[in-house]
Amino acid sequence: MGGDRYIKVWKVSKKVFLHIIIYAFALLVISPFLWMILTSFKDMSEIYVYPPKWLPERFNFDNYVKAFTAAPFGRYYFNSLVVAFAVTLGQLITCSMAAFAFARLRFKGRDILFYIFLGTMMIPYNVTMIPSFMVLYWLGWIDTYYALIVPGLASAFGTFLLRQFFITIPRELEEAAYIDGASRFQVLRRIIIPLAKPALATLAIFTFMGVFNDFIWALIVVNSEQMQTVQLGLAIFRDRYLTEWDLLMAGSVTAVLPILIVFFFAQKYFIKGITLSGLKE
Amino acid sequence: MILTDSSKKKSPKRKTGSFRKGDLGSAFLFLSPTLVIFSAFILFPVFFSFYLSFQKWNMFSGDATFVGLDNYARMFQSAEFWQVLKNTAIYSIGTIPINMALSLWVAYLLNKKLAGKKFLRTAFFAPVIISPVAAALIWRWMYDPNFGLVNFCVEMLGFNPVNWLNEPTAAMFALIIMSVWKTFGINMVLFSAGLQGIPDSYYEAAELDGAGKFAKFWHITIPMLAPTTFFIMIMSMISSFQVFDLVYVLTSGGPLGSTKVLVFYVYEYAFKFFEMGYASAISYFLFALLFLLTMFQIKFMKSKVYGAA
Repeated sequence: MGGDRYIKVWKVSKKVFLHIIIYAFALLVISPFLWMILTSFKDMSEIYVYPPKWLPERFNFDNYVKAFTAAPFGRYYFNSLVVAFAVTLGQLITCSMAAFAFARLRFKGRDILFYIFLGTMMIPYNVTMIPSFMVLYWLGWIDTYYALIVPGLASAFGTFLLRQFFITIPRELEEAAYIDGASRFQVLRRIIIPLAKPALATLAIFTFMGVFNDFIWALIVVNSEQMQTVQLGLAIFRDRYLTEWDLLMAGSVTAVLPILIVFFFAQKYFIKGITLSGLKE
Repeated sequence: MILTDSSKKKSPKRKTGSFRKGDLGSAFLFLSPTLVIFSAFILFPVFFSFYLSFQKWNMFSGDATFVGLDNYARMFQSAEFWQVLKNTAIYSIGTIPINMALSLWVAYLLNKKLAGKKFLRTAFFAPVIISPVAAALIWRWMYDPNFGLVNFCVEMLGFNPVNWLNEPTAAMFALIIMSVWKTFGINMVLFSAGLQGIPDSYYEAAELDGAGKFAKFWHITIPMLAPTTFFIMIMSMISSFQVFDLVYVLTSGGPLGSTKVLVFYVYEYAFKFFEMGYASAISYFLFALLFLLTMFQIKFMKSKVYGAA
């Protein structure tokens, strides 16, 4: 009897211990976020203190106002959103069209072409980066929205992801539509796309996140301040206000917030995208 | 199964109609937007940068001149190149094992019965989704030598404060820690999926045989996760050899070039000095290196992981 009780106490305390460990670790992982957010509300006099102080005296939004006047963050935001929405919408269209061709149409060399598509995912971006820049330069598109948008308008990953989903959709519905005289494009738009919403949502979220967070491409193709995206603007902001952490953290919060909000509401799609890309082997 | 069944039931009208001729025309239409973009920004660049790697050209003035293997020779003779390659290797070798051990540990714990799992998963995954620029900026502040949180913790633990971003060894260490924080969530999700794929019956059978916790982990979990682990290793290697944003914002390659990595080196030569030929040669070297390392790992793992089964 005494032994049983002992085991029970041991089991419960082990469970408690496990919770303490993992929650402590979670706190450690999110502490940079908390630190960023709290710093962004602090006065400069509260930032340069040692030992560091977690909570600000009062939450003031001055830093945000200062950051938005010190650099045209509003404009950066506008640029980032235009580019991210355009690329996301574009990829949803081009990828679902290409995926439809690979999943449903029969033509010679289809499988080889599909493997070549998959193979392009293995090419490191720095190999294609230099000639892509040249192509845009020859087109006269450097420092325009075209340079930020057009190269992202197709995606092997997106095509693959949608194709994997499309092939699981039963064909019966399409057959009926074809008999009623529907064209292939109508079948894609009216039947496949409505059924593939979860896959499209996953692709949309992944693309949006990737484009909104992109830095190197904007760094290469943008020269003028009015074409800068949030990430590029923030990096340049860093060079200008090296240690003004109140402004820099306010800027960081603005650069992180939209993605965190999207993530909060659509977490399952993020997880799904990661596991899908992980299972492509 | 569904697919083969339904294809048999194809209506006779379509069999005799468009299908027999093949769908080449419409396939071309459906694929054309993607093909246009890919030709301009992937296919042409892959071949053209290979061509460029044998040229000397700044792209703005004059024509490219053929220089044979000069770019590659210059690369292998450059002390800076070897330094950069070494930095990249140190970064990868430092990041990948810590990252994998940590993500496996967290995934393992999350696979148990826990309260508030959803919150925990969100917390661990949050660093993955934020922009590398903002992440590196937060960590620059955390690493501040005088007022940063990291040195505060270091001193609480009884050590001397470190000038994180201004000392070569410390800067690389700082970069690795930040990078693990930023990316372990991806591998955690992948390991979680792998762990959920292991049938409970395996563990139950082992328990009947009297296997302890450690034995179960060692003899069931680890071997069953081998394909996932293998996949994560390859993907981690590919991405860590291409790190750029985090380095650019955290250290800009410094101090004294101690954190300058390959892509940063390519970026400098291509878009600061406009030596497109030399930059292309470096990027092709990186391409070849990653290809060989991946092939080597696949070969090695095939004999280890799948050969044993």
